[in-house]
Amino acid sequence: MKTARVFLVLALIGLLAACAPAAAPATPAGPATLTVMTHDSFAVSEELIRQFEQENNVTLVFAKSGDTGAAVNLAVLSKDAPRADVFYGVDNTFLSRALEAGIFEPYASPLLADIPAEFKLDPANGALPVDYGDVCINYDKAYFAGKGLAVPASLDDLLKPEYRGLLVTENPATSSPGLAFLMATIAQYGPEGYLAYWQGLVDNGLVVASDWETAYYTNFSGSSGKGAQPMVVSYGSSPAAEVIFADPPREDAPTASIVGDNACFRQIEFVGILKGTQQRALAEKFVDFMLGTAFQEDMPLQMFVFPVNSQAQLPDVFARNVQIPAKPATLDPARINANREAWINAWTEVVLK
Amino acid sequence: MRAALRRVPRAAWLWGAPLVFLAVFFFLPLGAVFRLAVESWAGGTLFNWGRVLRPLGFTFWQAGLSTLLTLAVGLPAAYVFARFEFPGKRLLRVLTTLPFILPTVVVAASFNALLGPRGGLNLLLMNAFGLDTPPIQVLNTLGAILLAHVFYNTTVVIRVVGSALAQLDPRLEQAARVLGASPLRTLREVTLPLLKPALLSAALLVFLFDFTSFGVVLLLGGPRYATLEVEIYIQALQMLNLPLAGLLSAVQLACTLAISVLNSRLGGRRAVPLSPRLRGEGTRPVKTWRERLLVGGVVFLLAALLVSPLAALGLRSVTRLEPARGERGAVQSGLTLDYYRELFVNRRGSLFYVPPIEAARNSLAYAGTTVVISLALGALASAALNRPSRANRWLEPLLLLPLGASAVTLGLGFIVVFNRPPLDARSFPLLIPIAHSLVALPFVVRTLAPAMASIPRSLKHAAAVLGASPLRAWLEVDLPIIARAALVSAVFSFTISLGEFGATSFLARPATPTLPVAIYRFLSQPGGLNYGQAMAMATLLLLVCALGILVIERLGGETI
Repeated sequence: MKTARVFLVLALIGLLAACAPAAAPATPAGPATLTVMTHDSFAVSEELIRQFEQENNVTLVFAKSGDTGAAVNLAVLSKDAPRADVFYGVDNTFLSRALEAGIFEPYASPLLADIPAEFKLDPANGALPVDYGDVCINYDKAYFAGKGLAVPASLDDLLKPEYRGLLVTENPATSSPGLAFLMATIAQYGPEGYLAYWQGLVDNGLVVASDWETAYYTNFSGSSGKGAQPMVVSYGSSPAAEVIFADPPREDAPTASIVGDNACFRQIEFVGILKGTQQRALAEKFVDFMLGTAFQEDMPLQMFVFPVNSQAQLPDVFARNVQIPAKPATLDPARINANREAWINAWTEVVLK
Repeated sequence: MRAALRRVPRAAWLWGAPLVFLAVFFFLPLGAVFRLAVESWAGGTLFNWGRVLRPLGFTFWQAGLSTLLTLAVGLPAAYVFARFEFPGKRLLRVLTTLPFILPTVVVAASFNALLGPRGGLNLLLMNAFGLDTPPIQVLNTLGAILLAHVFYNTTVVIRVVGSALAQLDPRLEQAARVLGASPLRTLREVTLPLLKPALLSAALLVFLFDFTSFGVVLLLGGPRYATLEVEIYIQALQMLNLPLAGLLSAVQLACTLAISVLNSRLGGRRAVPLSPRLRGEGTRPVKTWRERLLVGGVVFLLAALLVSPLAALGLRSVTRLEPARGERGAVQSGLTLDYYRELFVNRRGSLFYVPPIEAARNSLAYAGTTVVISLALGALASAALNRPSRANRWLEPLLLLPLGASAVTLGLGFIVVFNRPPLDARSFPLLIPIAHSLVALPFVVRTLAPAMASIPRSLKHAAAVLGASPLRAWLEVDLPIIARAALVSAVFSFTISLGEFGATSFLARPATPTLPVAIYRFLSQPGGLNYGQAMAMATLLLLVCALGILVIERLGGETI
């Protein structure tokens, strides 16, 4: 009786194993396959992808490979035996590493004509700009209104005693927005002055979380987590997402961004054709597709980033709830690549000690 | 002479499959990462030993503390589960297993919902005593790390020690009592020595789990605490400093090996063979007030520590916070099923939308495959371990090594090594259950091997003498005795696979996401709806897991 039960267990497990997705993939001989390696945050409308697949008789496979740093690192590590034909998602903080490793084949897409020069950071056109976004401090509107407190306008303001203990940021060693905010302070105060600024923030009760999820959902009072800090280092587009994913529905965002000069760091994301691809023609078509208006207008609502193509229109909810900084902070990618580790280590010594 | 010759190849046969498995799926990828680390080392003094020793010291410190605390909670619970019958026991045992599968992000969120500055407990206390600041400040402290480790791993102690305790022959203790030994002396001189292998196994597994803890330290401990595993992650994926990541990985593996060897030395003698007991023979209803106090206390402790965060999670998934923000105590709530409904809607027509049923199906398929792989290999390895062989002493700690390998290192290795058909990380879906099996295998071996060792030879001989074929003897003698341990192993493999995220996030193809992957997807974007859906998905994960465990236990006829 008991043995029968054990066999029943084994049979059931076998059954489960049999219906594993293992049995599923039998690649049809028809369309070619184009593999796109990307980071976990990549998102796109199904409709657009199906359309591209039909028009070009191709099957698109997306290989999501961790966050931006992990994905870039993997692409560099596997450059001798590339895992994909196209790589999307390297940003300006990791661009130099990808370019130095020489993972991309140049491609001068005709659509580059519609993209402003400020986004084109690779003159060789190995990496082509796709989107940008700003890492900004978001604040809880209700908190500041309720306390009758003025919203800080600049990085300097954050050192004022009235904002003591109100800001949560992320560890730049473990979080991409955390790193971007560190870059903003370096752009503003220079490599000589940024540590003194951070010491000031620490003295003023700065809270540091390990990752964006914790900072936003556990510490930030403007999110569903109802935390204790009314200011968080997040994205300039987060207020729009708070409206789109609001529950219950609402018209205006409960949060907004502080967009003073150099208070936001601009992240630009790039796409490139991986060296050694057997599908060069299709890869070019896909790059053109990403730079074209249909995809560019789809991006904001899928990935909460902004189109670089000047012909693309922003959705209404973005136009109403998102402030785009007039003067975002930027740093030369080569300089970031050369100093990233040293900057982070120095930051760790000052802030986390 | 002939007998000796025949014995050696047989043990080698048994070792064959598990060792080939480890060689291909563990040492090969690991070796690839180490080779990359060495290749990319430009030379010179890259290493500052402080960067290695500081996290190493903290890793040992928090793992030791966590293990002691986990044992302090788990041992009385294991005793109560093994010795007493009380209403709701079965449900409570399933509930205490659930924390094991929860992704850390979700645990962080549910701890926050319970203990955070605006969590339920703090709001309650603030309202009750008119306080202005939240009285409980546990997040981002060592306390949060310890609490989370106890939350995660108590089930290991309950299951491993509990099943061994239930398997003990009660007549031995009864004999000691009859001969005049006090209960304390019986415990010290009869029960504990008999339990030693299980106790050591449980302590070792818990310690290694805490030792390689990643998410808990990163998310609940906050940025001021870094274990080796956290440092490896930072160095490998953020700083792109592969040489240092490689060195840290090597240190972590060496420590794991040393701890495992030490543990098997302490284990020393082989387990005492025990005659098989009837199910439920050792359990009794709660009678005296002392027993009532003990059982009541344990149940209360488990409910407070393990079940209340789960309940907070479930509650949060059906609670809508009203938009009144910013005021203390003004967080009002209403009940809603919207988050669950929304899970089934692909509102933005996204290519990567995950239908919850499909994610659950993927998770279950991976978990089922993991159970098959790890149980099959684990049974072979356990059988091999129970044959007298010198090699065992060295091979056993080897089996435990995967527990000490960082998910980051292994994930990187998988992707670097398995990049062409047929073993292509992109298209070979078995790689995910294989990665899960690497983690599950030590659990299976550590539960199965002691059980196999406890089968009395006399019974097998008796069966043979009475004319039973070897197969029949195995089916009717061996199998019933190891069935309980096999069941425990199956539950562990199942839960390990369901909750695993680290390796999965590297290997999962967007087309077949698991439940934890889906949860992370929701939490990576702002908005109340995303948060609510993540909580709903996590609650679904809990339900799926609870059902899975109940089915496994029911089919196995488990009653302890």
